[in-house]
Amino acid sequence: MDKIQGKVWRFGDNVDTDQIIPAERLVSANLDHLDDFIFEKVRPGFAQQVGKGDMIVAGKNFGCGSSREHAPLSLIEAGFSCIVAESFARIFYRNSMNIGLLLVECKVDAAEGDVISVDPDKGEVRADGKTYTFPQYPAFISEMVRAGGLMNLVKEGRL
Amino acid sequence: MGKTIAEKILSEKSGTDAYAGQIVVANVDYVMVNDVTGPIAFREYEKLKTKDLKRDRLVLIPDHYVPNKDILSAEQAKEMREFASKHGIENYYEVGKGGVCHQVMIEEGFAAPGRLIVGADSHTCTYGGINAFSTGIGSTEACAAFTTGRLWFKVPETIKVELTGGFVNGACGKDLIIKIITDIGVDGANYRVFEFHGPGVANISVSDRLTVSNMAIEAGGKGGIFPCDRLTEEYIRGTAKGEWKAVEADKDAKYHSVLRYDLSKIVPMVAFPHLPENGRPVKEADVKIDQAYLGSCTNGRIEDMRIGAEVVKGRKVADGVRFLVVPASQKVFRQMIDEGIMQVFLDAGAFVSGPTCGACLGGYMGILAAGEKAVSSTNRNFIGRMGDKNSEVYLAGPAVVAASAVAGKIVTPEQLEGQ
Repeated sequence: MDKIQGKVWRFGDNVDTDQIIPAERLVSANLDHLDDFIFEKVRPGFAQQVGKGDMIVAGKNFGCGSSREHAPLSLIEAGFSCIVAESFARIFYRNSMNIGLLLVECKVDAAEGDVISVDPDKGEVRADGKTYTFPQYPAFISEMVRAGGLMNLVKEGRL
Repeated sequence: MGKTIAEKILSEKSGTDAYAGQIVVANVDYVMVNDVTGPIAFREYEKLKTKDLKRDRLVLIPDHYVPNKDILSAEQAKEMREFASKHGIENYYEVGKGGVCHQVMIEEGFAAPGRLIVGADSHTCTYGGINAFSTGIGSTEACAAFTTGRLWFKVPETIKVELTGGFVNGACGKDLIIKIITDIGVDGANYRVFEFHGPGVANISVSDRLTVSNMAIEAGGKGGIFPCDRLTEEYIRGTAKGEWKAVEADKDAKYHSVLRYDLSKIVPMVAFPHLPENGRPVKEADVKIDQAYLGSCTNGRIEDMRIGAEVVKGRKVADGVRFLVVPASQKVFRQMIDEGIMQVFLDAGAFVSGPTCGACLGGYMGILAAGEKAVSSTNRNFIGRMGDKNSEVYLAGPAVVAASAVAGKIVTPEQLEGQ
């Protein structure tokens, strides 16, 4: 996985999937423009401010709540390259890694607007002159990410 | 080394000697998707251009926005109906024949002890109440599972919950799980499962166990698994499809941690906005409400309806309060009519509808306006969960919801007696 860098949007603990994308947007007609609705209830206008390659830095339990894959999908469509959080809720973690949204489980001090860099293979985040480390992904998950996601494993008969 | 129930089920289904921390690929017994999560899975499936499909193991249950709330949801529901028809999926539950997905999974016998079930809905963990390992997943991986019959799982660590005593003081399963979530936090069981033990288990009805397991996810849990006992067997008799096998933990299984609760000390609880971990005893609450909601996969079973009806019998819903009663399935709906419960709710001035997830997730059929407050038997009270971002949801058990509808503020049935 390539080293990436991006501009930070800062969030706190327990960012739930209803905040990321409200339930009333979950209809298939919206599937090609889910990014229009990200954080619309809690940060109105957010969708218009996000740029390609931006990152989210958050606290504990990011993505808690519903199993809606619309949550990571909307973040991918909005252009986010990576979400860095102290911890992720389990289903959000699975969904993201299955479909190619990079998650980094790491407690990082960064302010909104900072530019940070993430090296997934080395397990390092650099922010504000400091280096933070995070553990390697389990072998199965690294292999899935390298294959380009879960459905590629299915296509290749490897699940 | 001994195994937990989760380790045993994942070992058997993966054909490996599985312990916490490992990642295994396991055979799933059933895969369920609903009208909201299904379409993403269907589109992934069509992209595969494959003939592989585990038809008998796929269950399609429209429930979130059906009966169709608007044109967009009508199109979405149609997508599921057409997928079922095109691919010959028999386990499709049309409006009028099903209800809220988790209730249907149990009533129709897909869920049974020892099974490994995944569902593209976070409350799939409900079936742990009848000794299954069941957990919520995403849509793409639901597609992977109904295409191949397999899915990857990280074998979770297990939190042992030792229960003693029995409920008194009008407490119920909902109060126990709100208490647990309040004690350990909304991420207190993240990546882990609860396993319930001890003499207290026999004193919890299966309906209440399902409520407890349903909300394991609200502590981040992958599941909440009860043992299979006489009550379980009675509950599923005549409904469980096919063979099933009860699974119990080994005596020397290794646990992440142990929690202990004396059920006789549990009191009626209410979780304040905007997280399920904000539980407080109902008696400490002083909250006027605009709406009371009895229903959902958490507390929409016939047992919950009986409890609610018992409280409102001979009483009236308070002026200025809407009391919405939404049974979790068509079967529960019919039972309410057969048992005279419908009459009780209607006499009290409640609105009763057929099953839908509707208002629980802020979909429709009971949305809150800015500044409004609801007491609800559902499972989440996140910001804007049931409507406007400035509305508030208070989570409680069925008796408290019904009593609050009558009082116009959050109270226990006991407090109602005193008025």
